Amino acid sequence: MTESSSELTKKLSEAVEKMPAFPKSVQRILELSREINCPPKELVMVIEKDPVMTMKLLRILNSAYYSFPKQITSVNQSVVYLGLNTIKNMALSFAAMGSLPPHNAAGFDVQQYLMHSLTTASIARAVCMKYSHDDTDPADCYIAGLLHDFGKVVFAQFMAEEFKEALERSAAESIPLHVAEQQIIGTDHTVVGGMLVEKWQFPKQLTDNIRNHHSEILPKNTVQSCLFVANQISKKLALGNAGNPVAEEIPPVLQEHLGADLEGIIVGLGDISKLTSEARVFAQVGKGD
Amino acid sequence: MKLKFWGVRGSIPSPGEKTVRYGGNTTCLEVRTDANELIILDGGTGIFPLAQTLLKELPVKAHIFNTHSHWDHIQGLPFFVPIFIPGNTITLYAAFDPISGEGPERIVNVQLQYSFFPVREAEMKSHFDYVALMPLEAISIGEAKVMPIMLNHPVVNLGYRIDCNGKSIFFTGDHEPHFNIYDSSDEGYAEYQTLIEEQRASIVEAIRGVDVIVADSAYTIEEYPGKKGWGHGTFDSCIQLAKDAGAKVLFCTHHEPTRSDDDLEKVFAEALARQADIIDGLDIRLAREGDEITL
Repeated sequence: MTESSSELTKKLSEAVEKMPAFPKSVQRILELSREINCPPKELVMVIEKDPVMTMKLLRILNSAYYSFPKQITSVNQSVVYLGLNTIKNMALSFAAMGSLPPHNAAGFDVQQYLMHSLTTASIARAVCMKYSHDDTDPADCYIAGLLHDFGKVVFAQFMAEEFKEALERSAAESIPLHVAEQQIIGTDHTVVGGMLVEKWQFPKQLTDNIRNHHSEILPKNTVQSCLFVANQISKKLALGNAGNPVAEEIPPVLQEHLGADLEGIIVGLGDISKLTSEARVFAQVGKGD
Repeated sequence: MKLKFWGVRGSIPSPGEKTVRYGGNTTCLEVRTDANELIILDGGTGIFPLAQTLLKELPVKAHIFNTHSHWDHIQGLPFFVPIFIPGNTITLYAAFDPISGEGPERIVNVQLQYSFFPVREAEMKSHFDYVALMPLEAISIGEAKVMPIMLNHPVVNLGYRIDCNGKSIFFTGDHEPHFNIYDSSDEGYAEYQTLIEEQRASIVEAIRGVDVIVADSAYTIEEYPGKKGWGHGTFDSCIQLAKDAGAKVLFCTHHEPTRSDDDLEKVFAEALARQADIIDGLDIRLAREGDEITL
């Protein structure tokens, strides 16, 4: 990577503004916007399932134009602060940019990526509700799960050639994708995702969680722990695919923190088919995929 | 500080014999600080008669605070004659619009296009400035402070609290108390309820102890269920807000355009009777075009 990180952040941040959202949310937003009495909770449900729309919404809400009493980390908060109609029209403006094509030059399957992000988000929230010992908001775990791999979709759109090579090397050598990205691109999706949300003044904890989700340093907070576990469960159970063939081990300290190991947590969560079937419909991936 | 009502009607101007007592002009309030600085809250059609009175005190220095960009709050701006007179200084303050990505300049740009209005923005001869506001960041106008507070409406709406030498006024612009978008059996209900309660508390905190509240009471509680989500309050919700804030006087405004003066007085009296138990010393009045109050 020859560009300085600030140049890269500027370039990618501008590119993300033009990035279209996922097909299902674009379609649903267009449908909902034609209903004058659009049910507000449905609108929230659509936006919070789309990493691109969520990212863009939070970018505007956390910008310097609004000094809200606290930084915005959820779509519900954005509706309370800015009003439903404003959020609806923002979503409509995102939908007007068209949909992310299922195929890109990097060969990165964005529908499978979405499935991985959605299942990681839902599982992180469920792990938090069941295993957290503090007052961590499960909604924070959801958003961290939804956005943790955002850097990959940015690579796929805007650094397709290098990212394709990283995906191929990761698969061929069975090495973690972020390691292959570092070797080929000179940085990885955690760094790029973190840089973007930092530039957009997202809450520091969310920035840290995105940046550290493959970190060697053990997770320091419940959101990070829940995200780490959920990410591994999503990969282990092959719920979608964001290009990383390696499911990492759960460090002992984290097992101690949550009071269970990975197998125990999977069993403890019970039937997760509701979480996965909702995600499958939204990501538009078939059951056998 | 003085407050005068120039437009108290919501949605659309409603002249006629049935609205002659309370007035048919849309929202416009004139506030004069102790040093006679001019603050105008909203530029509905009521700003036109206000403008006529200002021609006697040229050059005009006016600070226009716009609560939001809906027509009934901006429609009079192109007819605010001082904007065309050299030597006048006019500043328009409003929120940043997240959809268009533009600030207050858009309110004027959109209206002053040749097919909608004969004079272009470039032909305004006054010194005209725009200031994009941030919630809870106060603007000083002489000795007065104007604090924008984010409220709830289908477009970004800032209420304004004006403090001057120990006296204070709060104008909501258009505001509907936040409501839960989930059913009580939904998973998201409790989380959303917490967010709403925090937001309500922060609004009450920002307007606590204000002397006069002018609030959007477009609907009766009977009408409200059919208008939920349209962004307006009820007489009852305004009384509650004024009580929570510890205000002394409440003016109910944004009268429905189809409501006759007689009906307005009737539904107002019904609300007062219904809320009799909590009113306890709060002076509640219907805002009426031409009325003024000195604090």
